[in-house]
Amino acid sequence: MKWVDYESPESVEGVIELLTDSSGHCKIMAGGTDALVQLRVGRSDADVIVDIKKIPELMEIKFDSSTGLTLGAAVPCHQIYENTAIQNVFPGLVDSTSLIGGTQIQGRASVGGNLCNAAPSADAIPILIAYEVTCLIAGPEGRRSVAVEDFCTGPGKNILGKNEILASLHFPLPEKNSGACYLRFIPRNEMDIAVAGVGVKVVVENDTFKSARVALASVAPTPLFVREAGEILTGQSVNDANINEAARIAKSAAKPITDMRGTAEYRKHLCEVLTRRSLQTAIARARGDQS
Amino acid sequence: MPSKTRVVTTINGEETEFLCEPRQSLLECLRDVLGLTGTKEGCNDGNCGACTVMLDGRIVTSCLVLGVEAQGSQIITVEGIAAGQELDPLQQAFLEGAALQCGICTPGFLVAAKALLDREPNPSEERIRFWLANNLCRCTGYDKIIRSIQKVAADRQEANT
Repeated sequence: MKWVDYESPESVEGVIELLTDSSGHCKIMAGGTDALVQLRVGRSDADVIVDIKKIPELMEIKFDSSTGLTLGAAVPCHQIYENTAIQNVFPGLVDSTSLIGGTQIQGRASVGGNLCNAAPSADAIPILIAYEVTCLIAGPEGRRSVAVEDFCTGPGKNILGKNEILASLHFPLPEKNSGACYLRFIPRNEMDIAVAGVGVKVVVENDTFKSARVALASVAPTPLFVREAGEILTGQSVNDANINEAARIAKSAAKPITDMRGTAEYRKHLCEVLTRRSLQTAIARARGDQS
Repeated sequence: MPSKTRVVTTINGEETEFLCEPRQSLLECLRDVLGLTGTKEGCNDGNCGACTVMLDGRIVTSCLVLGVEAQGSQIITVEGIAAGQELDPLQQAFLEGAALQCGICTPGFLVAAKALLDREPNPSEERIRFWLANNLCRCTGYDKIIRSIQKVAADRQEANT
């Protein structure tokens, strides 16, 4: 890696100022588990590494039982899955953050970083889509918000404009009788990149789906929100036939490629299986089963 | 040439000061600047865990931490595990259980295993295996490592009853 400078501003405004004033190229770093590797192998270039972990707002987990959860963009995975409120209210987020990398990576890697890195295989993103997360973006013109399903625009590409950063993620409080789940398939037990992943959230009342959301990883250029798979369930009875139909829709929405991790056909099959299983787990959680 | 950064940190209980370039990883600073070569470089991209150290109470791969980030932090490396001349029970168990062959992965396994047993005195085998998923060993096949850790946990349980 060539010479770089290091800055660690203590406020969002400080970062924006730095990005705006810097003559060189700035690389934002949260946990650094993607950023430092990319710099080292030359996949990205920087004159300044901007460490955002000294900014309190970006390191904060703020849970409010009436409005939901605001998650700072740089909060590492272990703080997320060890947080009692998140364990109780957002089990799907615990699923995804506890299977990213291993213990050491989870000590550093952030959900905000996973989102900004915009890998098609990102394990954190489908469950953010399922939870209807809003991204709060800060820039020279002030703040704006974007629905998380619109954040990634291509492999490694996101909607952030020049001199903008992701500040936090807002999770609306889940409705009563809701449940969520993230499942991924890898050929090993841990420490691998998803061949396919599925995040879902359901609201179930009197054995009827009040609503459902389904999102996929690793089967398109970006994490994929499959709106129709959730919509077909809305108002329908909770039964195998309906769950299978939603899984078939997820399968047909997937547009995977064949690569060393799996063939396109295999990945489509996985989408069907994982959608079915994650719906079953989410339904069980919505009904209050501890699983 | 721009100037190096002065970093003040606590390593294995001792206040330590070093100069580093911002691009240098904590791993490079430990090994090349401070001569603490117990921490090993394996893959240098966060996969193998050979460079595992404790940073403010959490295990991290020191190849994915910048030296400048260590400012004001508490670091424990494999050199800080033994109590003076007396090996940590995990080190003794690794020796007795032949939980190492080439030894490159061992410092990382020791630091990671110690962190686990400090948090959870009696973890299941599954818990130990998942906790250590970020540590790779190409010699032993893991079983001897896992058994050595289980032995330390069992000995401690016995000592406490």
